[in-house]
Amino acid sequence: MKIALCIKQVPGSTSVEIDEKTGVLKRDGVAAKINPFDLPAIECALWLKEKTGGDITAVTMGPPQSEAVIREAFMMGVDHGIMLSDRRFGGADVLATSYTLAQGLRSCGEKFDLIICGKQTTDGDTAQVGAELAEFLGIPHLNNICAVEKAEDGFLYAVSEQPLEKLRLKIKLPCLISVEKNIFEPRLPSYKLKKLTAGRKIKLLTLDDLEDKDPEHYGLNGSPTQVKRIFPPEHNTEHVFWQDGDVDAAGNFFNLLKENKYLQFLR
Amino acid sequence: MTQYHKIYREDLAFLRDIVGEKRFFYGADIGEDYYHDELSGENCPPEVLLKVKSAEEVSRILSYAGARNIPVTPRGQGTGLVGGAVAKFGGILLDLSAMNRILELDRNNLLLTVEPGVLLMEIAAFVEAQNLFYPPDPGEKTATIGGNISTNAGGMRAVKYGVTRDYVRELEAVLPSGEIVHFGGKVAKNSSGYSMKDLLIGSEGTLAVITRATLRLLPLPRAKMSLLVPFSSLTAALAAVPEIVNSSALPTAVEFMTGEVIKYAEEFLGRKFPDRSAPAYLLITLDSMTESELDKIADETCENALSLGALDVFISKSAERNEAIWTARGAFLEAIKASTDEMDECDVVLPRDQVAALVEFRGELEKKYSARIPCFGHAGDGNLHIYLLRDNRSDEDWKNLKKDVFDALYSEADRRGGKVSGEHGIGMAKKPYLAEALEAADLRLQREIKKVFDPGNILNPGKVIIE
Repeated sequence: MKIALCIKQVPGSTSVEIDEKTGVLKRDGVAAKINPFDLPAIECALWLKEKTGGDITAVTMGPPQSEAVIREAFMMGVDHGIMLSDRRFGGADVLATSYTLAQGLRSCGEKFDLIICGKQTTDGDTAQVGAELAEFLGIPHLNNICAVEKAEDGFLYAVSEQPLEKLRLKIKLPCLISVEKNIFEPRLPSYKLKKLTAGRKIKLLTLDDLEDKDPEHYGLNGSPTQVKRIFPPEHNTEHVFWQDGDVDAAGNFFNLLKENKYLQFLR
Repeated sequence: MTQYHKIYREDLAFLRDIVGEKRFFYGADIGEDYYHDELSGENCPPEVLLKVKSAEEVSRILSYAGARNIPVTPRGQGTGLVGGAVAKFGGILLDLSAMNRILELDRNNLLLTVEPGVLLMEIAAFVEAQNLFYPPDPGEKTATIGGNISTNAGGMRAVKYGVTRDYVRELEAVLPSGEIVHFGGKVAKNSSGYSMKDLLIGSEGTLAVITRATLRLLPLPRAKMSLLVPFSSLTAALAAVPEIVNSSALPTAVEFMTGEVIKYAEEFLGRKFPDRSAPAYLLITLDSMTESELDKIADETCENALSLGALDVFISKSAERNEAIWTARGAFLEAIKASTDEMDECDVVLPRDQVAALVEFRGELEKKYSARIPCFGHAGDGNLHIYLLRDNRSDEDWKNLKKDVFDALYSEADRRGGKVSGEHGIGMAKKPYLAEALEAADLRLQREIKKVFDPGNILNPGKVIIE
């Protein structure tokens, strides 16, 4: 099975400056890392590769330094890398990002059976790119995937986590899935693989390499979203006090833990 | 043995007067949590529990107790593992956890002055927000700094940064006589007479009650990384430790862990560890002021580990990757505890190059006594945590097993230049082993020191040194 894996470089922490004019994150000079939601997606791809054979291509869009996330994917066992990097891609919203990725996947000369995305990114937080990418590619997609069972006879069998139930689903390949954070415990990058893959070429695609070369469809120009304000998630520290004299402080505490699902796995 | 005075009605009135109604507890009003610490099997109800707020209160209580021969046991959060904060002879339990103010951050001298009840995690959060660093890092983050000083607690970063003693500059303490004393100072060097401050550090509340401490801070290292290093056997992993520690990369911590202990943690947490390919691992942490320097020493360490027989080196740089490893590492003790009905532990420390031999000896004991004796620990500083699990043995069998296994472990450690406790202290649990290990003159001096400070033997009696 040929798997494409969409990954992204995100700021290493939530304290990041925003460009006031464009509403775009200032990424230069900030410690960066692989989007945490992409790690289980990588592990999912590696698991499928171990089961079914084939290879994995990691795809990312970003400035030149985002090559680091492809290198990290190599250190986890991913086989190939594609970078979509061009100043004209900069400042893209969900629509332009999905469109660019779709163009990249169409124009790279490979045909993929499965595209895997993480649930969302920690900087954009939209959780929309996977679904929009599938729409642009005209392939079926599933999201909230919490387990992948097998790939067989042109179908993928997976479990989607819904608010009240889990759905076991069968989907025709080629398709796209967005996976939940708890689907797999991601492996750590290997130093041996780092050395082994240090010289591995990463395919670079610019606007000139894509089928659609109209710059109006990419980057800030191709983004209808108006960013009013971007801000790091607020940290909520809520304190609940029960007085010494409260008759059922323990009961209240128990219920609070239960409501917040801290006790759901209690045996 | 000293005969102590029971607490009578007039004592109650006097003591209640010192701390006030709200911080005074007597008899059945004292919660059972105050009967013990984390040492299993020792339950001693104090007669009175006093939650003190100042050195002056401590002073008045100690003067009164001294005059009436009432034993006084100081206590922080009760997270100790050797019964150090248990009121063995009843009397007064002095709870210092409400003395929990951070008093001063001295930026010019890079010193932090705190009351003894401040928690280790509160100190870390406070100083790190200022880009400063208090290096001692014992596993129990909810312990008080007073407790840490009283046991000279160590923790994982001892390999590079040393232990609590290396970061205490000044102590205010109350002597059993009630006198309030100040040992040490805000100075970086000090050759002025005997170091009384260092005598108090690690004395487990038997010489004086610490009421304030001034701690030395460092600038916070900006870049950190963990390396998880798989080996084909525990022996191979431990054999690599001395060379890794002595490298110019100066690792912050070098921990070892076995597949067995990782399995307990996985079961306990309901979560997979990021790698299960090897029977044994070293977990190395590195820190530096810059990312580029960190990358350089990381590559050096990786190459070094591979040349010493590591199967690979796994790199963890981001918060979520670190979390996956360190959540498991942090859960080892509780996970081992959860895998059995009761356990006892041994916290020996050895010269670094003797660790492998003692771990192997422990393996032989496991076979000899058909018992589970898992271990993990600070390979880099020679401090081992070895756990003996009861596994439903009868009282009699458990008692005998404990005696046989610990006698064997301590004497083997002693033979290899080890010490009874690396960081947990002696308390009441390890007293016989300490008495056994000390030279006669050393033991005599320690008894005399106790007498000089506390002639009436009222302060935390029955701990550390056999009278």
